[in-house]
Amino acid sequence: MSPESRESLDGWEIVIGLEVHCELATKTKLFCGCANMFGDEPNTNVCPVCLGLPGSLPVLNEKAVELALRLGQALHCTAKPGVFARKNYFYPDMPKDYQVSQYDMPTNVDGFLDLPSGTRVGIERAHIEEDTGKNKHVGGDGRIHGAEYSLIDYNRAGVPLVEIVSRPDLRGSEQAREYVSELRDILLATEVSDARMEEGSMRVDANVSMRRDGDTEFGTRCEIKNLNSLRSLGRAIEYEARRQVDLIELGERVRQETRHWDEGAGRTRAGRSKEEAEDYRYFPEPDLVPLVPEDDFVAAISASMPRLPSDRRERLASVANIAPGDLRVVIAVARGLDDLALAAVDAGGDASRVLNHVEHNLAVDGASSIDPAALATLTRMEVDGALTATQAKTVLAELVNGATDPVAVAASKGFEAMDESALEAVVDGVIAANPDTWAKFAGGEGKAGGFLTGQVMKVTGGQADGKAVNAILQRRKGSSAR
Amino acid sequence: MPKITRDDILHVAMLARLELTEDELELFTPQLAAVIDHAADVEALELDDVPPTSHPYPLRNVFRVDEVRPSVDRDEVLAQAPEVEDNQFKVPAILGDEP
Amino acid sequence: MSGATDTALSIAASVRSGERSARDVVDEHLRRIDERDGELHAFNLVLSDAAHADAARIDERVARGDDPGPLAGVPVALKDNFCTRGVPTTCSSKILEGWCPPYDATAVERLRAAGAIVIGKTNLDEFAMGSSTENSAFGPTRNPHDPSRVPGGSSGGSAAAVAAGFAPLAFGSDTGGSIRQPAALCGVVGVKPTYGLVSRYGLVAFASSLDQIGPFSATVADAALALELIGGHDPCDTTSIPEPPPVIRASLDGGVDGLRVGVISEFLEAEGLAPDVAARTRQAADALDRAGAKVEDVSIPSTMYGLSAYYLIAPAEASSNLARYDGVRYGLRVDAPTTAEMNAVTRTAGFGAEVKRRIMLGTYALSAGYYDAYYGKALRVRTLILRDFERAYESFDLLLGPTAPATAFAFGAKADPLAMYLNDVFTIPSNLAGHPAVSVPFGRGDDGLPIGVQVLAPAMAEATMFRAAAALEAVAPE
Ligand SMILES: [Mg+2]
Ligand SMILES: [Zn+2]
Repeated sequence: MSPESRESLDGWEIVIGLEVHCELATKTKLFCGCANMFGDEPNTNVCPVCLGLPGSLPVLNEKAVELALRLGQALHCTAKPGVFARKNYFYPDMPKDYQVSQYDMPTNVDGFLDLPSGTRVGIERAHIEEDTGKNKHVGGDGRIHGAEYSLIDYNRAGVPLVEIVSRPDLRGSEQAREYVSELRDILLATEVSDARMEEGSMRVDANVSMRRDGDTEFGTRCEIKNLNSLRSLGRAIEYEARRQVDLIELGERVRQETRHWDEGAGRTRAGRSKEEAEDYRYFPEPDLVPLVPEDDFVAAISASMPRLPSDRRERLASVANIAPGDLRVVIAVARGLDDLALAAVDAGGDASRVLNHVEHNLAVDGASSIDPAALATLTRMEVDGALTATQAKTVLAELVNGATDPVAVAASKGFEAMDESALEAVVDGVIAANPDTWAKFAGGEGKAGGFLTGQVMKVTGGQADGKAVNAILQRRKGSSAR
Repeated sequence: MPKITRDDILHVAMLARLELTEDELELFTPQLAAVIDHAADVEALELDDVPPTSHPYPLRNVFRVDEVRPSVDRDEVLAQAPEVEDNQFKVPAILGDEP
Repeated sequence: MSGATDTALSIAASVRSGERSARDVVDEHLRRIDERDGELHAFNLVLSDAAHADAARIDERVARGDDPGPLAGVPVALKDNFCTRGVPTTCSSKILEGWCPPYDATAVERLRAAGAIVIGKTNLDEFAMGSSTENSAFGPTRNPHDPSRVPGGSSGGSAAAVAAGFAPLAFGSDTGGSIRQPAALCGVVGVKPTYGLVSRYGLVAFASSLDQIGPFSATVADAALALELIGGHDPCDTTSIPEPPPVIRASLDGGVDGLRVGVISEFLEAEGLAPDVAARTRQAADALDRAGAKVEDVSIPSTMYGLSAYYLIAPAEASSNLARYDGVRYGLRVDAPTTAEMNAVTRTAGFGAEVKRRIMLGTYALSAGYYDAYYGKALRVRTLILRDFERAYESFDLLLGPTAPATAFAFGAKADPLAMYLNDVFTIPSNLAGHPAVSVPFGRGDDGLPIGVQVLAPAMAEATMFRAAAALEAVAPE
């Protein structure tokens, strides 16, 4: 059985820890004044420091430290004295043939991130390090293997990164995606990074292992690289889980190794093992001095922290009196419309209808500038039966365009709730005109009801309330059956 | 501590991307062993409660403001490179994956 | 020594006053180089044209009445591990042959701003690893006092240049004694400043936590002037001390009356210390005593662990600092089918034996399973040495000892690496502690070759250290 064909992972648990590298939104690189800029002409943002020229020395960018600490605070980490270390290995995109990173003394440790669905994911550390340059592989199929030669652009070399290492607390691809998406929202909310996976400013590696339900020991993990989108992340984890279970069930051993996700082939492949065993020979970077966050600096960062997505969900959910994991709450916060929703509920709006509008009708520009009081009034009109759902949507579109009085908009559109007897007459007319459909509906075919409702809407020019129409149809069905 | 062996020397040479001839291996092994032997005095010291000093002059929190400074002219940089193509540094095939 | 009559101070004074043109000064020094550097090989590169152009600019400034700077017209020689914009910087290694840095080291910038004229780049042990200049890929430098002997190292070219009168001022780097030991062997003054006093920006790194730039000169006063000009905070070097640099010259003639000077007994009792060097060191101690200092012996036991600690720390840092010479961005490349192979064949062809030895030693000291036993331990020894010095400086203002165990040795005399390393035993502790030290010529040995004695001081106490150096200079036997 191949991994692709395995139907079920019943009886197995996927254990995932993620390492996420994010480029910090600074103007300059981590250790020099070259621009931190994506997409410039190759090798134009380089200097003796970021090219690792002999004699050059690094000087730490204060803003990068501030952003890293800000992220740490957003992830509920403790800010600790940080020491930069050299991670020694040869690679041509790394100008000094060592990476300056933090090893045994990272700046942020022991935090957590709460997923919208409720799971708390431990954050082991969020440390500062420098990025590498970019290799372009020429010849072959443009990938590293089979290439004839490579070309190197050092514009990205030395760009500041934070590497956020989660604990192995994630259980399944959906949670992994949720984690990355939540982390991205936090990075955006705190303005720490522009977190664009497609441009590589946010890169995800996944450590995946499998264990049988109920086991407490972890299995052997593989590190999966080259995950360039949430979709890749999900697919790669699913594939890898099946691959590992297949191996185990065949009585083979999962080898601890780095694997690369091949999006085209839809599978992970073992990395080409390096000639030398990994021995990075970390030691304290003698060209830099310890980074000791001052308490008042950290306190000031904490105090200036914008409200984070989880707090915002919490707040909205409690005001709307629903669960923080409710999809509508998650969407409202993700769209940045939670302030609007809160204010509308505050102004006496119907919470459920407000959130429905945010979910279905407000994924548009200008949504956040709607007058909350107007949105509140709109939902009250719906509750009172003065507007149908369709009419409310039309009025809302005007509110997005700047209108402020939903009552006036409704009046100008001629929206008045049809009275019940008029509506019954229309429904009866539609039944009479469509006897076959009516028979199907009466016989229990649900789809037929949709057609009949549509006909009523057509006759009333959309002014009928769909729910009311359905209620009349059900009543008629009940009496005809008798 | 065990004496540094030929295999140790071969291993560190590989880590350091150096190739050694048989003669060099014969020469370097005892030479490095002698230096490591000399360090036995340090190795024997009981220093667990002595903190390490990695910087002789204790400084902390030395920063640079986040202001763009002019980069070096690309042509001047590339003029020093052994091989260039399309304004980039050209290298032969890279076999190993990035760690 | 031969024609070393001009000091930097006297040249600058005469050029500034218009009494002498910078052009004449440069020509005279180029003539001396021309006459004798074929034999001595102090220089890797002599910059005649650039020096003439610089001299013309200085002379113009003088003619216009502009201030040409405190080192106006003074030829200076730079160890060939100082980055010089557009000028080849080789570190006496094949791996960097032909490389022209796109920038000047901070120290070089400051020298140029002071009106100094860079007359050439001097020879060194490859990447400053050595104590004799025999490890240069371009052949050794010879000692001007006896061309059959080494000038010391690694800054042997700079020491020889001053001793031979090629330049009144030269600059070197001192990681474990690489300024002081060749200064002693060549009979000139050599200073290793406090770590962080002189910017390392643009000094090609050997061991980053130990490297420090400093001057060579014929006189203590010239060294003081040079250090004042190159010292002081540099925002491009994170480890640069953000404090005003010591004011040295103002108190240079202050004498040693009342200063407490400790003679390091471990140094004088060291196995391998030549009797003539020991005798000169005692003589220097007595001279300071007579000049009013309170001189006593002091024991600093941990200094004897310095050599072992140093030969773990310096190679470890070097193994990382020298990784970048991989044939990708600059310098030598030897072709091979893959990048990893290209890295290896390039490095194998480009580095000499001593550099390879140290890279391997350092790689070993940092590698998995050995870090705690070697590198980690060595960093703790560093703490011991710092503590021992601190304790000594509670009772003493300065310390005194020999600079090198013996006078200049013959080429090939120390083919065994460990025997060569033992040359640094008295100079290393100051590097590990980050403290300043100066070697001052103090008479000659039984073989007629120069001997240097070393004055050690606590961090940033250069002013006091120079007072003692000047006092020794004043009474030094020929
Ligand atoms: Mg990393
Ligand atoms: Zn740069």
